[in-house]
Amino acid sequence: MSPVPTPAPAPLAPLAPLAPLAPLAPLAPLAPLAPLAPLAPLAPLVIARGLGLRHPGGVLALDGVDLEIHPGEFVALIGSSGCGKSSLLRAIAGLVRPSSGSLQVAGLAPEAARKQWGRHAFVFQDPTLLPWRTVRDNVALPLELGASDPTAPDRRAAVDRALDLVGLAEFADTHPAELSGGMRMRASLARALVTRPALLLLDEPFGALDELTREHLDGELLRLWQRDGFAALAVTHSLAEAVWLADRVLVMSPRPGRIIHNVPISLPRPRPPELQTSPEFMALLATLRAQVQRAA
Amino acid sequence: MSPHEPLYTRVLPPLLVFVGVLLIWQLICTALAVPAYLVPAPTRVAAAAIANAGPLATATGLTAAAAVLGLLISLLLGTAIAIVFSQSRLLARSLYPYAIFLQTVPVVAVAPLIVIWFGTGLASVVLVSVMISLFPVITNGTTGLTRVDPQFFELFAMRDASRLQVLLKLRLPGAVPYLVTGAKTSSGLAVIGAIIGEFFAGYGAAGYGLGYRILQASGQLKTAELFAAILACTLLGLVLFAAVSLLGERVLRRWRGRESEA
Repeated sequence: MSPVPTPAPAPLAPLAPLAPLAPLAPLAPLAPLAPLAPLAPLAPLVIARGLGLRHPGGVLALDGVDLEIHPGEFVALIGSSGCGKSSLLRAIAGLVRPSSGSLQVAGLAPEAARKQWGRHAFVFQDPTLLPWRTVRDNVALPLELGASDPTAPDRRAAVDRALDLVGLAEFADTHPAELSGGMRMRASLARALVTRPALLLLDEPFGALDELTREHLDGELLRLWQRDGFAALAVTHSLAEAVWLADRVLVMSPRPGRIIHNVPISLPRPRPPELQTSPEFMALLATLRAQVQRAA
Repeated sequence: MSPHEPLYTRVLPPLLVFVGVLLIWQLICTALAVPAYLVPAPTRVAAAAIANAGPLATATGLTAAAAVLGLLISLLLGTAIAIVFSQSRLLARSLYPYAIFLQTVPVVAVAPLIVIWFGTGLASVVLVSVMISLFPVITNGTTGLTRVDPQFFELFAMRDASRLQVLLKLRLPGAVPYLVTGAKTSSGLAVIGAIIGEFFAGYGAAGYGLGYRILQASGQLKTAELFAAILACTLLGLVLFAAVSLLGERVLRRWRGRESEA
């Protein structure tokens, strides 16, 4: 085969001279900005006034609880065991009915809020996963219940997003029995987040896990909270956990439970785990410890 | 007993015991010259079984059909009753005593009444089978449908789940292991019920089952045939139990997911 001779390229035509640019029109003066309306303070998500709760057995669990939870804030609830922390959480969730005082969630009575508002989610102490469902189907459960439309097209996307958030995407098709305790708790967290709640109620969610796993999951929770901007009310036994996570810590008295201290935690965010060894952290922890001990 | 043990170490020991018992039985019968109408030697039983293989197989088939039908009806009816019980404590409290009554009433005594009402034949036999095998499904089913971790109810309540959603997505799937246990217990009872039913109503247009054969053989002192029929009953019960157990295992394995250990 003989090489094909390539034809010589045609010489390029000389470039036409550029037309001169039209002079720029002078900028119109900016209209003065309307003065900003002062920001309306966001209405609290939860308001409790003189809240009391008596269990059917006659035990007075809560007596005179005053509390406010604002959108986007992280509040930790601490107190000796049996002081009614879980009862308070369940009253806010609309799962048990208070016996006195007033309680409003998103401006509604708690039961009405549960049925009509539905933008709060509960994370239980145990993972509470249905053993016959895969992780994916467990996470999808809240989207199937109540009046939710099970054929909504964005359902799968919402589930995928929630699984991604907690890092369980590759375990979507496994069953809870195949997961470790920490992973089950992650699945439980994903299920709570799948509806994009405005208020997350956490009842000692990582209390049953070993310390390392708990710290890891606390860090994840903080990351998710900063990302999604929900308000969180978390019951915990651990003072250090409360200081690390919360904007403020509510200290409850022994039964009947009442909120006796509201301790603001002024540590900057984001809070890396190393923060827990800093002098400021230690000082806050010591203050809180003193207040809890005086309460008991 | 681990399922990973090789088959022969699991099957061989009981098989050896079986062969040993047969041998001793045979030796005693020949050595002491036991009359065949009292205790026939295994060889005689085998001969009787082979000689009557055709009718014996037909009878076993009929009894099996009655027992399987009885079991299926018990499973459906028992689950339905358990669902009713799970929906209202008041309802459960008012009806449960009658479920126990059903269990304690001597079905053998009621069977003649059933024959008066429904005549002889398959329907009556199945009815007796259902009466005997229904109770374990009701009790196991009710336990499974009501023994739910209260946190699950709260989880469903948070999303304002309807009663039907709680039943279909929480109670019923949660009761599956209990229903499997109930079905296993009922499978043996369904065979017993079918045989008792046939004692009283086991002759109809379709022919007669094992229960009727047993009565006949005993009446005519054909003891070897009687033994052969008893053997067929035992095998039938065993096969039905094994079938239900295997099916139950499969259901449970799907229920639990792919995880292998129990």
